Amino acid sequence: MLGRTAANLFWLSRYVERAENMARLLEVGYRMSLTSRREGGASEHLISMMQAAEVDEGFDAKHEVADVDTVAHYMMFDPDNSSSVYSCLQAARTNARSVRTALTGDMWESMNGAWLEFSQIKPRDVRGAKLLGLLQWVKQRSHEFRGALLGTILRDDGFNFLQAGNFVERADNTARILDMKYYVLLPRATQVGGDLDIQQWTLILRAASAHRAYRHVYHDRYKAHNIADFLILRPEMPRSLIYCANFVQQNLDNLAKIYGRKEKCQEAADSLLALVEGASMEAIFADGLHEFLNEFIARNNRVTDTLSESYNFY
Amino acid sequence: MGEKTPFDEMYNPDGSVREPYRALAEWLAEQPDKGLALMQTDAEAIFRKLGITFAVYGSDEGTEKVIPFDVIPRIIAATEWRRLSKGIEQRVKALNAFLYDIYHRQEILKAGRIPEKLILNNEAFCPQMMGLEPAKGVYAHIIGVDIVRVGPDEFYVLEDNLRTPSGVSYMLEDREAMMLLAPDLFHRSKVAPVETYPENLRRTLESVAPESVRGTPNIAVLTPGIYNSAYFEHSFLADQMGAQLCEGPDLFVDGGKVYMRTTCGPEQVDVIYRRIDDDYLDPLTFRPDSMLGVPGLFDAYRAGNVTLVNAPGTGIADDKAVYTYVPDIIEFYLGEKALLSNVPTYNCTDEDQRAWVLENIADLVVKEVHGSGGYGMMVGPTSTKAMHAEFRKKIEARPDNYIVQPTLNLSTCPTHISGDVAPRHVDLRPYVLIGDEVRITPGGLTRVALKKGSLVVNSSQGGGTKDTWVLED
Repeated sequence: MLGRTAANLFWLSRYVERAENMARLLEVGYRMSLTSRREGGASEHLISMMQAAEVDEGFDAKHEVADVDTVAHYMMFDPDNSSSVYSCLQAARTNARSVRTALTGDMWESMNGAWLEFSQIKPRDVRGAKLLGLLQWVKQRSHEFRGALLGTILRDDGFNFLQAGNFVERADNTARILDMKYYVLLPRATQVGGDLDIQQWTLILRAASAHRAYRHVYHDRYKAHNIADFLILRPEMPRSLIYCANFVQQNLDNLAKIYGRKEKCQEAADSLLALVEGASMEAIFADGLHEFLNEFIARNNRVTDTLSESYNFY
Repeated sequence: MGEKTPFDEMYNPDGSVREPYRALAEWLAEQPDKGLALMQTDAEAIFRKLGITFAVYGSDEGTEKVIPFDVIPRIIAATEWRRLSKGIEQRVKALNAFLYDIYHRQEILKAGRIPEKLILNNEAFCPQMMGLEPAKGVYAHIIGVDIVRVGPDEFYVLEDNLRTPSGVSYMLEDREAMMLLAPDLFHRSKVAPVETYPENLRRTLESVAPESVRGTPNIAVLTPGIYNSAYFEHSFLADQMGAQLCEGPDLFVDGGKVYMRTTCGPEQVDVIYRRIDDDYLDPLTFRPDSMLGVPGLFDAYRAGNVTLVNAPGTGIADDKAVYTYVPDIIEFYLGEKALLSNVPTYNCTDEDQRAWVLENIADLVVKEVHGSGGYGMMVGPTSTKAMHAEFRKKIEARPDNYIVQPTLNLSTCPTHISGDVAPRHVDLRPYVLIGDEVRITPGGLTRVALKKGSLVVNSSQGGGTKDTWVLED
């Protein structure tokens, strides 16, 4: 496989995952802005959501006021925002087009169809219920692509590059959401959160599609400790750091088997997994949640860097 | 010639249906009111979803368009096809012999059959190719011969495309779409298959691998990239024949050998089906500013370590000025009379012919010698007086830059036009593969001018395509 093809597959998957994550975050921000009764509260929620998505600085540079329409437009349609759903889908589709021969027909049709439909939407028509509908649609198209991938592609090197991209991006996303909001997760004297805490916790859980799953696992009210545990250390939670790190490590292991030798990237993936495997929330809190998350993000970035080196991405 | 009713491939002048079209006529009559229109909508959706698009240069309406597909197939009888394919085979053999000669001893020039100046001073002549021995002696492995029909037994070759002819993916996808849209129509007719093309292409490419290659040759399709108008076709063909789709930066030359950069390091490439023009192939040999090519590629080719398909320099054989000599070329190398006719062509550098051309320009077709894709040409009868004047000036300024031909009354085929069926002009591009043997896919790509009365079939100028059926006996 060409090194360029491997790179395109890896990034194709990352962009599809990112589009889905952006849609999910916007949905959370939108919901929270609707339920805020305080003056200026809606705007605060939207800003807080954009912080989690790490698009707040770009937004500030372009816009004075963070109202629902402006924020929704920036996150959905703005080509200047490199993480907007528009930018992600376009990048994903361009990558897919460059490596069409490495994708199955079903994957290509899913990707191409998503882009064609999305590019025909007129941003000014998308408001209110339509916005929620469209966000749902973005998630569905991402699921459809993943379904086509899992259902049709050969389990060869290409598959493992695609999967690695998917889970490196997801790990990054979860880690950044946690890091942006880490202060509301820190242990405090009182275990009972105020309304504001509950709202922030809800944001975090919903942004990881974890608000219902949380109840299934903990049978408990929202607690900072549990939420952090759920999104960092729970192996059954498909967006948790440990789940993603495990997946990445396995995919890279598969690559080493396929190519018959270990490279730097396998070490990097091992070291990413080592950070979360066998860890306890108590130890993580004791050493500093923020420091831990930064270390995780750095090691995750190193996976991408070494993967590019090991397999001649260009 | 322009005012005469064109030859219609389906209906005789008395309104009766020509034999090859009988099943189609019955089928058309059975279609419900909006049947064709619905089919047309389905076809559009199929093509868009598959991403079968082309880019129109200089168009700002987005970069990708779906090429219009007409749901009514064009039909060629078995006897008609046998005649055509014999003529085509003769032509491509002679043209390859001509290329070998031009890049070796140049006997045809010594014999005075073609003016030396016309070849040696021609931009399409590639001096770097002199003395080179291509595998199996083949230069042009993939040829698209443009043929038009003006009567029941009258076919003309409009041009021979020996550089990097495109459109074969439309031939294949048109068939796929047609089988999805009208399976019942296939039941009623014996249609020769076209889906053998990718396998035959692979065999052809394998057959011309360098002799040093042991085992299965490693084949790459070299594309300029996703912004090229024919990118879909490049990826489609690579996919269909299991070759690696590469862009220039994916390849490099080391020690006179070509390698691709893979996830496991360098891997040697034996045959390159390149869809990049000669000029851009290798910045060290040709255009130094090319970002699309591979530095050192030509040296590796000269050293016999890789085969380029088609060879560089094949353009000299499809040059519009050389075109007029093809009947002589056939006679010179094969000792046979040309089975397929050329369109009569006027030479503007000849004073008498030029004067006649300038006088009669409103009835003629003017083509730039190096133009393609319908650009730089003028069809007299459908152009304005201002256009006539403009081209008169152009010819006077550079008579050697234009060839002039009578306006051929291209045959028409029934075509679906917004709910109705109406005759539209068509041409035909059969695809020929030349390696260890000559392989011609039955039929080819039919291009149709969708505008009423228009004779320009190019997709860049509002043309569409049709599935092309060669009936079997």
